[in-house]
Amino acid sequence: MQASTPRRRNSRRTVNAVMTTLTAACAFFAVSILVVILGYIAMRGLTSINLQFLIDTPKPVGEGGGIGNAIVGSLVLLALGSVIGLPLGIAAGIYLAEFGDGWFGKTVRFVTDTLTGVPSIVIGVFVYTIIVLPQKQFSTWAGGVALALIMIPIVTRTTEEMIRLVPTSLREGALALGAPQWRVTLGVVLPAASTGIATGCMLAIARVSGETAPLLFTAFGSRFYNYYLDEPMASLTVQIYNYAISPYDEWHALAWAATLVLMTLILVINITVRIFTRKKF
Amino acid sequence: MNPQPNTPTPAAEYGALARRRSFRRSLSATGSTGDAVFRVLLLSVALLILLIVSSMVVAMAHNSMPSIREFGFSFLWGSNWDPVKGEFGALPFIYGTIVSSLIALVIAVPLSLGVAIFLVEQAPARLARPIAFLVELLAAIPSVVYGLWGIFVLAPVMREWVEPPLQRSLGFLPLFQGTITGIGLFTGGVILAIMITPIISAVVRDVLAAVPVSQREAALALGATKWETTRVVLANAASGIAGAIILGLGRAIGETMAVTMVIGNRPQISASLFEPSYTIASVIANEFTEATGDLYLSALVEIGLILFLVTFIVNGIAKLLVWSVTRGTSGTARAT
Amino acid sequence: MAASTTQAAMKVTIETPKTERAATGSADESQAAAKITVSGLNFYYGPVQALSHISLDIPGRMVMAFIGPSGCGKSTFLRTLNRMNDTIPGTRVEGSVIIDGQDIYAPNTDVVSLRRRVGMVFQKSNPFPKSIFDNVAYGIRINRLTGSKSELEGRVEEALKDAALWPEVKDRLKSSALGLSGGQQQRLCIARALAVKPEVVLMDEPASALDPIATQKIEELVVELKKQYTIVIVTHNMQQAARVSDQTAFFWLGKLIEVNATEKIFTAPNEKLTEDYITGRFG
Repeated sequence: MQASTPRRRNSRRTVNAVMTTLTAACAFFAVSILVVILGYIAMRGLTSINLQFLIDTPKPVGEGGGIGNAIVGSLVLLALGSVIGLPLGIAAGIYLAEFGDGWFGKTVRFVTDTLTGVPSIVIGVFVYTIIVLPQKQFSTWAGGVALALIMIPIVTRTTEEMIRLVPTSLREGALALGAPQWRVTLGVVLPAASTGIATGCMLAIARVSGETAPLLFTAFGSRFYNYYLDEPMASLTVQIYNYAISPYDEWHALAWAATLVLMTLILVINITVRIFTRKKF
Repeated sequence: MNPQPNTPTPAAEYGALARRRSFRRSLSATGSTGDAVFRVLLLSVALLILLIVSSMVVAMAHNSMPSIREFGFSFLWGSNWDPVKGEFGALPFIYGTIVSSLIALVIAVPLSLGVAIFLVEQAPARLARPIAFLVELLAAIPSVVYGLWGIFVLAPVMREWVEPPLQRSLGFLPLFQGTITGIGLFTGGVILAIMITPIISAVVRDVLAAVPVSQREAALALGATKWETTRVVLANAASGIAGAIILGLGRAIGETMAVTMVIGNRPQISASLFEPSYTIASVIANEFTEATGDLYLSALVEIGLILFLVTFIVNGIAKLLVWSVTRGTSGTARAT
Repeated sequence: MAASTTQAAMKVTIETPKTERAATGSADESQAAAKITVSGLNFYYGPVQALSHISLDIPGRMVMAFIGPSGCGKSTFLRTLNRMNDTIPGTRVEGSVIIDGQDIYAPNTDVVSLRRRVGMVFQKSNPFPKSIFDNVAYGIRINRLTGSKSELEGRVEEALKDAALWPEVKDRLKSSALGLSGGQQQRLCIARALAVKPEVVLMDEPASALDPIATQKIEELVVELKKQYTIVIVTHNMQQAARVSDQTAFFWLGKLIEVNATEKIFTAPNEKLTEDYITGRFG
């Protein structure tokens, strides 16, 4: 009976220990980067933030200024994007789940998946060519449409997955009572899948709330509070960008503060989603 | 042979398919107007999506026509980008995109694999869940925030602590020569690496978890160490891992804001990694709103079209590879 | 009286291997020290106790079969012999398992080399997604058991011959293992386990997923292998146990009810519970 020599055994043991350490180091490194980034945001952001900052509009250098209109603008754009994108995404998801087994369904699914991978700046360019160019102006509408286009594939995929998870027995029970299919889908299946679909919507909103590129040439940005949808609209992300690339230290500080506000919003959404999904499983 | 766990047996699948088909048949048979309206409404949404994506291609192609007519294929290898003179060539941006993405992959792939292996194979479940959550949180940070952090934190670090030693030790290579400012191709690559790590590691985790336990047991029973067993799992998941990497590449290619803020935005092709550069996405972000003249604008749209096509192909390949390993085991709602 | 009805019931199924067993039986008895000695083994999945006070001696160079109804703990017990249960979180072991004079549950045990010495073949064949050659060579390579390429090739050939697979695969060693039939894959897994020259081979229902002809090949293999190895085989097929094993242990609800020479178990068992199981009164 042959046994491997102690030296061979030790080198294998060493390799094993080294690799375990290395992989743990990778995980530790990745987490520490997150901590460093979030910590920095908190540190730099907290020093510049105050109530005035949250209400004011941007002012010339030296006069302070704030991100009040940017916060409102982001919320308006998010709302607009959701109003357009969520129903369309859910409807497409329902279609794919209920009727999407043929070649047409497969094509639609493939195309939707393609849309997921399109860089958001390309979507910005597209919306520019079909809305901004003809209208000859930047508008909130355009920004909302751009955001909706990013949200739709995310929501479609989650909705389809969640609906498919609903057991057929539930459907059959309703059908056997003589309900038409549309009633079954809307009244029985959708409510059953509602938590999952809501999660998908929240994920889409979280994802889109951080988008800058598609807004750069659709909603463009503004220094004022706006009320009209056919005018440009400020947003947190674009404002952060503008402050960050400016040459003024004062504005850099404002950029950090604005980032703090944005990150708070995003973290809240993400943690909420996490709580929801943990409860489900 | 034997069905994998989690996928329905062929009989159950056929039954489900038959039931769905009979729904549709019964749809026309019921004559319920509600059903017909329902179906039409949903169909039109599906068609709308098809319409949107195809019009994306059409609209961008249409708007790049002036540039295509002017430069033809030489656009792709033209290295001169001079809006003033009206000369436009995409090569500097293609170069910048490729090199920054490659740097990102070189850094991110080992890091992501390490994280994924640690989370799936090594860490106890209680530790793995919070760490997995934290790593996924990296994906939730917006691009512009990465850019901000990149300008004020990463770039100085690169300038003071990372690039000088590299130049001192490896400066004989043209890669590491040149002026060190902290803003340039290398920093762009590093920030991309941080941004694509959570995506690659998330997909690799799914792929590793899909490898059956029996493979691990087979290796262990032969006297393999933990690491040797992990190598067997990696061999099983190979094509899925390749897919994850390509997916990360697709993301890196399309990243805009963070890269724009740290790469320097100079349309030049330089051998040095420390020099400023320009990517496809960055030039669009920077110059689009200031583009004067139809030719300028259409050149930018043409660049956008190139970006669209490249990411389309890359993502398509990635999805094929990943699907071949996970095949049905749900990856849940990943907002990729 | 009970004994003779059992004997009558089993008469048809116990065939020629019996005489061979009788012959080797006496040779085995001369081998004094048991290969594996289990004393007072308790096993827990978290709070649930799966095995109670198992004590058993497994001699060397013979086949021991573990039989019993589903869920009686025979597979769990098999897996304690090479500490495969360690991979399941929350499990706990009390008592000792002594192999060649060493308690494998002692604190500083080298589990990795234990698993090389005590090999395992699983219920469902699990070849690696590699070539036939690389599958068999895997254990040899990681344990660095050979020095040169030709030595490696020789070992692989030897293992495949021992597993009665060599003639069928010798011309396609580089082709994928996944292209083999179910029975061939299982024999490949046996070859893979034999390649590292274990002392004990544990088999967890190795033929349960196979057709009758492949099953027969595996059973013939087991009888052949016991000349060199100690084999412990878990089976839910009593006729199989009767055909291939020298000793049989009957488990029920996590306890060892009876262990004895196979012929005795199947013709004149000591315990009523054993007899009830043998005659098909339950499980």
